Amino acid sequence: MTRVTEQPLETDKMVLNFGPHHPATHGTLRIIMELEGETVTKATPEIGYLHSGFEKLGEDLDFNQYITITDRMNYLSPLCNNVAYALAAEKLIGIEVSKRTEYIRVLMCELSRIADHLLNVGMLAVDLGAMTAFLYGFRLREDIYDLFEIATGTRLTTSYTLVGGLMRDIPEGYDKAVIKVLNEVAEVANDIETLLNKNRIWQNRTKNIGIISKDDAISYGISGPMARASGIEWDIRVNEPYSRYDDFDFDVAIALNGDVFDRYLVRMEEIRQSIKICRQSLEKMPAGDVIVDPGLGYSLPPKDEVYNSIEGLIYHFEVTMPNRGMTPPVGEAYVPTESPNGELGFYIVSNGNRTPYRVRTRPPSLINYSIFSKLIEGHMLSDAPAIIGSINVIAGELDR
Amino acid sequence: MPTATILSKIKERFPGAVLDITEFADEHILHVQGQDILLVLTELKVDGFNFLADLTAIDNLNLGGFERFAVSYHLLSHKTTERLTVKAYIPEEKPSLPSVESLWKTADWQEREVFDLYGIKFEGHPNLIRIMNPDDFDGYPLRKDYPRLGRKERSDFPVIKRPFKKEKRTE
Repeated sequence: MTRVTEQPLETDKMVLNFGPHHPATHGTLRIIMELEGETVTKATPEIGYLHSGFEKLGEDLDFNQYITITDRMNYLSPLCNNVAYALAAEKLIGIEVSKRTEYIRVLMCELSRIADHLLNVGMLAVDLGAMTAFLYGFRLREDIYDLFEIATGTRLTTSYTLVGGLMRDIPEGYDKAVIKVLNEVAEVANDIETLLNKNRIWQNRTKNIGIISKDDAISYGISGPMARASGIEWDIRVNEPYSRYDDFDFDVAIALNGDVFDRYLVRMEEIRQSIKICRQSLEKMPAGDVIVDPGLGYSLPPKDEVYNSIEGLIYHFEVTMPNRGMTPPVGEAYVPTESPNGELGFYIVSNGNRTPYRVRTRPPSLINYSIFSKLIEGHMLSDAPAIIGSINVIAGELDR
Repeated sequence: MPTATILSKIKERFPGAVLDITEFADEHILHVQGQDILLVLTELKVDGFNFLADLTAIDNLNLGGFERFAVSYHLLSHKTTERLTVKAYIPEEKPSLPSVESLWKTADWQEREVFDLYGIKFEGHPNLIRIMNPDDFDGYPLRKDYPRLGRKERSDFPVIKRPFKKEKRTE
């Protein structure tokens, strides 16, 4: 009698191109995967399909003009990019903005964080087959984009900030519109969690998938919700507060396992904390101007004065003419901010001209994505959309 | 340990490597020789700067500086929440310096990006190939002497000819 043993099935290695136009990549990403059966043995991400030379462009545009370019980087939360760039330029030049400006910036950043997280969780869900959570989130994201449209005039290319303040003040009655949406966000966040948290398929697809250890997270430079899901207690809003984040009372969401499920939980909790910050910001909103004094030569005077007085017109030309404009000191500044994806930093080097000498974006998408090939190794092919979704790669910011 | 103490310690330890220590907008900047960057960063990592936030380069062609290129490292200490910029200077004739990929894995892609856009070589990097531009791309776009109009490089791109001729449709 011979005992029959199960022989492992011999398979050839297969090379699979995931992307650049795969619906689950949500952007032009390409991953060359080596498969053994359905298990990924090696993954090589190839990026750069959307490289548009934003950093080279920045050397020709002056400080206020470049804000329109920052919209196009992380196009899911353009307001965070606007604010981060304005903060870097203000630190370089040495401008202090008014308290009202900072509170409005906080409000806008947190609203875009909510919109970004809702879309990210929704995309992750729709890639794993849960359409309803995506629809709930996406409908609400439309309402938040309506709020952006009321304040900034556009939905996507907001360009809301200026160096030294904001393009314009929020309109009267804006707080009521915001609170109405915030109430809905709280409900929808609960709905999404009710749908997903205990869902067996969701748990099987996300738990113990793509685990990042604490040491790996630090070594790979992971930041933001991804790092906090791995147990790193680091939030720039709390640890290095900018734009008066220290005035607000909120908690930092931490999880310990570092898998896709934990990243999802951290993002959901951050939505709730952002609601808290938005409410506080509206309650404590101080009165005042939203742009520094035009006499300093950094900001444009009000349009009424430009059209109706010669002094206003002269000031306007002093700021906008090619051989005039602001004169920052020679030096450099790096300002880190907590964007929905992680540490978004702008590094500006100036040689004293009206255009920066070098503008560098520290893109959280690029640096968080660099750990991907390590995460996917040994997992199934079908886990790739889950891991990509939990990293939240935005191609515009990835390639710049 | 406050950053100022760490910096003076580094200066004592590597007198030949440290070129200058400056401060701008309340941030410390440590200027070092490119060849000694790995030693200095290893020491700084031991001293608590455990996180490499950003790695990029600057072309000092019209700016002035110790050398033509500066590679800047933005370090962060999670413990003391302090940040430090380290700038490593390398000459135009031999644009290369040691890779710090052995200290932080995040340097892998960021050094590839600097190599792609500036042509600075990192010795000891495991896979130093272009990351943003195509592999057969010529030139280093973020250098200050690279043309901004885009005519040269566009004409250099290979033109893919369609293998099939469009046949006239016969009605």
